[in-house]
Amino acid sequence: MPPLAKTPLHDWHVDQGARMVDFAGWSMPVQYRSIVEEHLATRRAAGVFDVSHMARLRFDGPDSAALLDRVLTRRVSDLAPCRIRYSLVTNDQGGILDDVLVYHFQTPSGRQYHLMVVNASNRQKIVRWLEQHLPMAGDVQMQDRTEQTAMISVQGPAAVQIVAGLVPVKVGDLGYYRGVVTEQFGRSCTVSRTGYTGEDGFELIVRAEDAVDVWKNLFRAGRDAGITAAGLGTRDTLRLEAGMPLYGHELSEQIDPYQAGLGFAVNLKDRSFPGRDALIRIKDQPRSLVRVGLELTGRRVAREHDQVLRDGQPVGQVTSGTFSPTLQRPIAMAYVQLSASDPDTPLVVDIRGRPLAARVVPLPFYKRPSE
Amino acid sequence: MNEEQLLYSSSHEWVRVTEDEGGKVATIGISAFAVQQLTDLVFMELPEVGREVAAGDEFGEVESVKAVSPMYCPVDGEIIAVNSALPDRLETLGEDPYDQGWIIKVRLTDETSLGRLMDYSTYQKQCSEEG
Repeated sequence: MPPLAKTPLHDWHVDQGARMVDFAGWSMPVQYRSIVEEHLATRRAAGVFDVSHMARLRFDGPDSAALLDRVLTRRVSDLAPCRIRYSLVTNDQGGILDDVLVYHFQTPSGRQYHLMVVNASNRQKIVRWLEQHLPMAGDVQMQDRTEQTAMISVQGPAAVQIVAGLVPVKVGDLGYYRGVVTEQFGRSCTVSRTGYTGEDGFELIVRAEDAVDVWKNLFRAGRDAGITAAGLGTRDTLRLEAGMPLYGHELSEQIDPYQAGLGFAVNLKDRSFPGRDALIRIKDQPRSLVRVGLELTGRRVAREHDQVLRDGQPVGQVTSGTFSPTLQRPIAMAYVQLSASDPDTPLVVDIRGRPLAARVVPLPFYKRPSE
Repeated sequence: MNEEQLLYSSSHEWVRVTEDEGGKVATIGISAFAVQQLTDLVFMELPEVGREVAAGDEFGEVESVKAVSPMYCPVDGEIIAVNSALPDRLETLGEDPYDQGWIIKVRLTDETSLGRLMDYSTYQKQCSEEG
């Protein structure tokens, strides 16, 4: 086993007494004190997450959009500067290789480039996949910028107020899925209105050597607002409440975008990308399995791989489960047969040999109050 | 209850042995270290009174937001009481783990398992290695 990779904020986490775990080869904070406290603080005020383990791939050159168009389920060549798009990467069978965000950035000097943020667990796979397509792509240079940069996510109702004080951009006016290249006290960074928590918030990408200063500046700016450092444990409970899939759980090469409920992230018309022909076929077939939300009775938590039954017959499997800190009850996501996927369908989850009543509920479990 | 006078298992249960008219009774809970490591407890399952248990048997489970953990009985005997108020007040485990936070009482049928338990200072050493 190679030693675990460390983010530029690693020592800060350790100094704060965070519990560090191996996550996709990175030493990452799973929690500082309590997942529930960090979760509720994010919903109430703001949580700050080190997400530097996510891979950041940069594409320069006139054909960078053309390269991305060749591999992504959605078009990128029509993405205007400062826009961000969620997309999938699929294999020839239409299975999901990764889900990614693609950014079209423009520097203050007018230089344009694309950035793709990839799940940490899929970094090598996606880099290799892109490298296979590079020779056909023309004038484009791909750079893996993960080690040279850090990524910090500020999420929660106080995020606007906190980030606004740190960058010379009216971040409150920045639309959802928009991002800009700016600076923080003279240090170049990007700010985007994106996140993975169901809250309003921002993600900052900074140079690795600036990460600790930016992180500390956020805490200084957010102290009165109740800013809290939050770990991957909280990131997981937040995304689950928000009904967002996670690669390795709800998404895999065995799952296609339609089963996952991500048909909106697939554009087939006049396109050519791996899996496109397979997806044309899959799209119009009845789904074998469907991703659903489950609400359970009691307090016992359904976990990944727990079997889902209907009338005693297996109809699916849990992919993620937790005790929802906001709703104060167990929630889960599962893949079940189409016939068992309608809201309110009564199901049973076999939790380590104990049957527990569950019912299908629409996703997300949690929606933030609209302003 | 003074935690320095308790016995401990390597799986983080504590044991207090007292005499009563019918023989020796072990009161069993989980250590403050274990509670702190688990954090965010949401569920606890207790065994039935009257069940026979052998040292090393799983007697229940405690579940946190993150994971479920079995609890192991450190002694041989019969379960004569369970703290049935505890599952509805799991915060007691953090506030008062060695008194109000007791989990089960076992009437000992054999005392040899007690010899395999650790004293406080040995257990502290184990915790500092794990923590």
